[in-house]
Parts: sequence; C-alpha cells; structure tokens
Amino acid sequence: MGSTSAARHGGVGRRDLIKRSAALGLISVPAMSLLSACASGGGDGQDKAKAGKKTAKNPLGVNDTAQMEFVLFDGGFGKEYAEDATKIYQKNFPKAKVKFAATQKIQSTLQPRFNQGNPPDLIDNSGAEQMDMGVLVGKNQLADLTPLLDAPSYDDPQKKVRDTLRPGIVEMGQFDGDPVWILYYAYTVYGVWYSQKALESLDATYPETWDQMLALCEKAKKKGMAGWTYAGKYPYYLPFSLYPMIGKVGGRQVLDAIDNLEPNAWKHPAVKACLEAYYELYQKGYILKGTPGLDHIQSQTAWAKGKALFIPNGSWVENESANVIPVDFDLAVSAPSGLDGSDKMPFGTIWASGGEPFIVPAKAANAAGGMEQLRIMLSEASSKNFTAKVKSLTAYNGGTDGIDLTPGLKSGVAALDKAGSNVLNPRLQDWYVQLQKEKIGVAGLGEMMAGRATPAETIKKIQGFADEAAKDTSIKHYKHQ
Amino acid sequence: MQHGKYRFIVGFLALPLALYALFVVWPFIQSIYYSFTDWTGLSPDFKMVGFDNYKRMLDDEIFWKSLQHSLLFALVLPVVTLSLALFFAFMINVGGRRRKGGPVITGVRGSGFYKIVYFFPQVLSIAIVALLFAFAYNPDSGAINSLLRGLGLDSLQPLWLGDPNLALWCVMAVLVWSQVGFFVVLFSAGMASIPADLYEAALLDGASRFTTFFRITLPLLWDTVQSGWVYMGILALGAESFAVVQIMTTGPGGPDYSTTVMVLYVYQKAFRDGQAAYATTIGVALLLVTLAFAAVVMRLGRRERLEF
Repeated sequence: MGSTSAARHGGVGRRDLIKRSAALGLISVPAMSLLSACASGGGDGQDKAKAGKKTAKNPLGVNDTAQMEFVLFDGGFGKEYAEDATKIYQKNFPKAKVKFAATQKIQSTLQPRFNQGNPPDLIDNSGAEQMDMGVLVGKNQLADLTPLLDAPSYDDPQKKVRDTLRPGIVEMGQFDGDPVWILYYAYTVYGVWYSQKALESLDATYPETWDQMLALCEKAKKKGMAGWTYAGKYPYYLPFSLYPMIGKVGGRQVLDAIDNLEPNAWKHPAVKACLEAYYELYQKGYILKGTPGLDHIQSQTAWAKGKALFIPNGSWVENESANVIPVDFDLAVSAPSGLDGSDKMPFGTIWASGGEPFIVPAKAANAAGGMEQLRIMLSEASSKNFTAKVKSLTAYNGGTDGIDLTPGLKSGVAALDKAGSNVLNPRLQDWYVQLQKEKIGVAGLGEMMAGRATPAETIKKIQGFADEAAKDTSIKHYKHQ
Repeated sequence: MQHGKYRFIVGFLALPLALYALFVVWPFIQSIYYSFTDWTGLSPDFKMVGFDNYKRMLDDEIFWKSLQHSLLFALVLPVVTLSLALFFAFMINVGGRRRKGGPVITGVRGSGFYKIVYFFPQVLSIAIVALLFAFAYNPDSGAINSLLRGLGLDSLQPLWLGDPNLALWCVMAVLVWSQVGFFVVLFSAGMASIPADLYEAALLDGASRFTTFFRITLPLLWDTVQSGWVYMGILALGAESFAVVQIMTTGPGGPDYSTTVMVLYVYQKAFRDGQAAYATTIGVALLLVTLAFAAVVMRLGRRERLEF
C-alpha cells in the first residue's frame, strides 16, 4: 500500500479516493440543505373530537373533554394576552386539556403538521414565517369561521359575534365568496405618523392638501429638518400612506381595480397624480438624505430623533420604536393629505385593517374548541386586556373605555372616528405578497423615491408587474366582492 | 496487494456511504421528483405537472437575474478572497525581510499578531457579521459614511446597500472580509509544510519575493488552493451568500433585484410564496450550477503532483 498516486498502479489511490469523496460531499452541501428542508408526508389526518352539546353557554358545541391546542406567533404583541385568554377557556371547560405554545417559527413548526394532516386547533399565522394564506385557502386547509361569526357574542347573547367587529374585519377574512377563513385579531391604523410637538414648533397643523404639505416641508427644510423619511430598504411601507391617498383622490374603485389586477388600473389619473406628488418630495429634497439605505428601524430612529417630520407607518410603530421615541414626542397619526379640494373622498379617509391573522385548520381535531377560544378573545374584557397590554386596538369594536391610552393609540382612535365609514382596505399585501413587496414596493416605488425612475416609468413598470401577476397561473387570483 | 482491495475499502465505507445515501442522495432524488409536481409545501396533496416548472423557470426574469448574480459570486468571490489570502499568508510566513540573527525565511514584523487579527471575523457568526455591516452601511449614521464625513468628503455619501450599482459589491465585500482569515490560516499551514531549503536555494540564486511566490510557493500550495477554491465557490453559491443577502439587502434581494441570488429565490418561493415545487426546480438548477462549478475547478486545477 502506501500509494499516493493512482498513476503508479492501476487502482484508486488513497488520497484520490478521499479527495473525491470529500469533493462530492462538499458539492452537495448548499443545494441539499435547502431542498431537504421540506418533504411532504402522507397521512389521512387525525381523529376528530366528537361534537359537544350546544347550550347558551356553549353555542359552538365544544366537546368539553377534548384537548384544545393553540399555537401563537410570539412577536411584537407578546404572548401574555393569549395566555390570559386560554385561562378563561380552561375555566369554562375545566375537563379539557389546553395546550398552548408561542413561537416565532410558525411556518417551520406548523408546515410539517399541515402536511401530515394533524395541525393544531387555533393558529396565529403571523410574522416573518407566515404561511401563505392564499395557498392554505386554495388547498382547503382552513375551516370556515362563519359558525363563529354567527354565534352569539361572549358578552351579549343578543348580538352576533360578527356585529361586534370593526369595519373590514369580516371582508378581510374572505377570499372568494362567503366563507370567512381568517379572523384578524389586531386592528392596525396606517397613515402618516409624526410628532405633534415638532409640528407645533413649526407653527403648523397637519396639512390637508399637497400644496400645504410642500409648503410645510419647505419650512422644515429651512430649519434643517427633512420633511419625510421611510423604510428605504423595505419601500413597501410607502403604500401605507400612498394607497389611501390614491383612494382619497380617485375614489375607492381605483384601489379596488388595482387589487383586482384589472388592465391599466395603475394608469388611472389619480395614481399618476399621487405618484407625481410623492416624486416631488424627492425632487425638492424633502426626503431625509440616505433614506433609500435605511431599514425600518433605522428610519424610525432617525424620525424619532427629529431628523424628519413624517413617516408612513402602521400603529405598531409606537410599540416597536418605544425605546427611541422621546417622552414628550406626542406621537400622532393622520390620514394622508390629499391633492386638493377636488378629491373624491374627504380628508380623513384612512387605511385601517386587521393584523394578526388567526386561523382554524380544516383538519384540526377540535375546530369548535379553536373557534370558542377566538370567541373568548373577542369579548370586551379580553380585548381590553390586549389593548392595555400591547397598545394596539383589536377587531372588537370598542373596548377602549376606561383604560389609559397612549398618545399614538389615542390619536389612532381619533383618526378612526374622523374617518367614520371612509375606511379603505387595500388588499394587495395579503393577496399578492410578492407583487406588493418585491415588485411594486422595492422595484417600483423604491426606485422612484430614490430618484432612479420617474413616475411615468414607474407606472409603466408596475402595470407590467400587475399584468404578469394577472396572467400567472401559479398564483391564485382574488376579486373584491 | 491489489486483490481484495475494493472489498477492503467498501468495508470501511459502508456505513458512511449508507448515511450519505440517506441524507444526501435520497433528498436529491426527492427534490428532483418534487420539481415535476405542483406541490405548495402547505398541503399534502399535489399532482404531477411534467416540465411546467422548468418551462416557467426559463421564462422567469428574476430567476435569470439570480443566476447571473450567483455566477458572479462564484467567480469573483474565490478569486478575490483567495488572492488576498495568498498574499497575506505569503507576507506573514515568507515575505519578511531577513533580520539579523533570525531565520532565513520569515514573515513581516508582527506577523503573529496579524494572523490572529485576520482570523477574527471567522469567530463571528455570519448573521452577526451581516448585521454589523448593515449598520456600517447605513447612509445616515453608519460608520462608513460618518468616516467619509469626518474626512471632509461631505459630497461623497453613497447609499451603499440602497444603490443598485453598489449593493451587490457591498455584499461581496462582506463575504470577502468574513472569509479571508480562514484561508490565511489554511494557506499558512500549507506554507509551513514547504521545506525552507527550497526558499534558501531560491534566495541564493537571487530570486525576488515576487519570483519566489510564483515559482515556489504557489505551485507547492496548489492542492490547498484548489480545495479552497471549491470551498469558497460553494460558500458563494450556498448558505453564506443567502445569509448576507437576506439580512443585509433591500427587500431582501434588491434594490431592483440587484442582489437577488439563487438560494434566496429558492427560499422566497418555498417559504414566502408557498410554491415549494417551483422552489425545488430552482434548487435543481442550483445543483447543476454547483456541479458545473466543481467540475470546472477540478479540471482546470488538474496538475502534476509534486512530491517533496
């Protein structure tokens, strides 16, 4: 033996053999670690729990001895609110076993269980590892929540659950037709966020028209303050104020057409006017320098430090940036400014919609239990508990009396009051995630706001993306009802 | 001696090969199979769709962009990283001036210190490195632009990761920074095994440092360089490039698709868009690219082995 080279005697040399197998092993590392991450299994699902008796106290007919398993996304809202709610469930059904888990890894924990047909009974499908709702619905993996919505509410047996919810919640849970697949528990107000104190230092109120907006930005610029900043690395934050502005200027149907991926929806004059208005912010130098390279946290920090007046964002910003927002900041949100008096909808028209999507899997062993848990969470007491703990509204309409609201939350409630029925709910971000985030957001609006594309080019580009998505047979398409 | 040699080898390799087959080859076969289905990854039912996914991939502009970037990674990263590492390793081990009373062959002053410093980034996880650099590249208050401002270059404030022309290079720079130390150590070890008399002979013949490097060091280190090349290429196509792109870049994958790479695209399709079957199709393409890369490196690198 002792061979070092294959050339000397016909066989395979020791070193060559080791070298070759090592090379093979190395090659396979990158490709396989990705591919093997998901493998589907068979499985015919689990045994369903027998239905319990329907009573006034138990309108969904929950089997009071069956286990109820609840998996929560452990994100910005924490897990305490849900734990509190499971305690109520346990109290109401003392013989049932309640299994509760909170995780950030929703998809990696639950995807295999969906594949094997034994998912838990209630899931908060949220966060970076959210499972695609469209696919879950399309593959009949979710239970219709209509029985829950038609059940009497927890507090008032005379009122159905559906009548206690905020506007838009039920529609958001529908994909095509009547069934409601998702219940969004949190309620988010989107818009333009600012410091009331900073605005007062400029002797200004929130501008209602774009001319006023530009004038205010000019005033701020003279004081060495930028007008706007945004999450430059995730430009899909821009629509939080841009979409409702489009809706305000051109009317609800413009946004519906965009959501429905109708041909030329983006070529509507209202869209063009609004994109040009935003582009003007860039052209006149009202955007904080360096913004296209900032992520959401960095932009929020710059804004909280007073480097910029306005930022498009959602109501979670108060919690997320709590450690950098000064105590005397006086956080406030406003519905977006419009163009001028000829806008189709009044000032105050705002985007508000559900967050934290809760689902009950179709193959859950105890689906009624999952829904009952949701019914408990939609009670006034649980809703108040949530709002008090995490500074966010819930889908339950009300539930803010008697608790101390933070400045941002208070301003959000006021903005909703002002909006009345003029609440818009663009759906691109939950119907077509890739289109909204990567294509419209990053490749379209992001490039425009960084000054690398004109509004006309951007509209053409985005319309192209929308047309592609409309034609793409690999994704499921939805329409506003 | 030759008789029964294979049986002997196989006896030793049976267990590793079985494990290899189970955990490497079998997933390969599985994923190739899935690439012919319409599996979403979120439900157990799917059907065969033939070559649909492949047809779709060939028409997919983002796929081509990510392929282009991955290829660029696989070409540029090894060249830059290995060249730098070779240079550093040579200077640390061989490139120094001769000092009185010291050995004939030595590194530059303080080479022991440099060796440790170069290895430092290797101790940090790639996720931390990516985060650190994401902060450094912050155009508003990041270290790099602050430094430029400090030098009086107020007009030069690039957007770094926010600029489609710079973003990809910014990402590559991070990978080079984090990997170069490992290869410095690897090559240093290789150089230590080159007999000093070869260098001494060259020096006696009046060879410059430049000549010594190209005539002695590099040829004798060729095996190590070749392995380093494969290793670096795999890193550039695989998990490390995913981590930096996912953590650092706009979108991630942007701005305007300027940093998207194949691994990122696989991840997005499988875990964001619920299109696991299409993701495995891109994975198969990635496998082919990786195989082709390894084949090219092995072929180009084939040389007569020197015995010493």
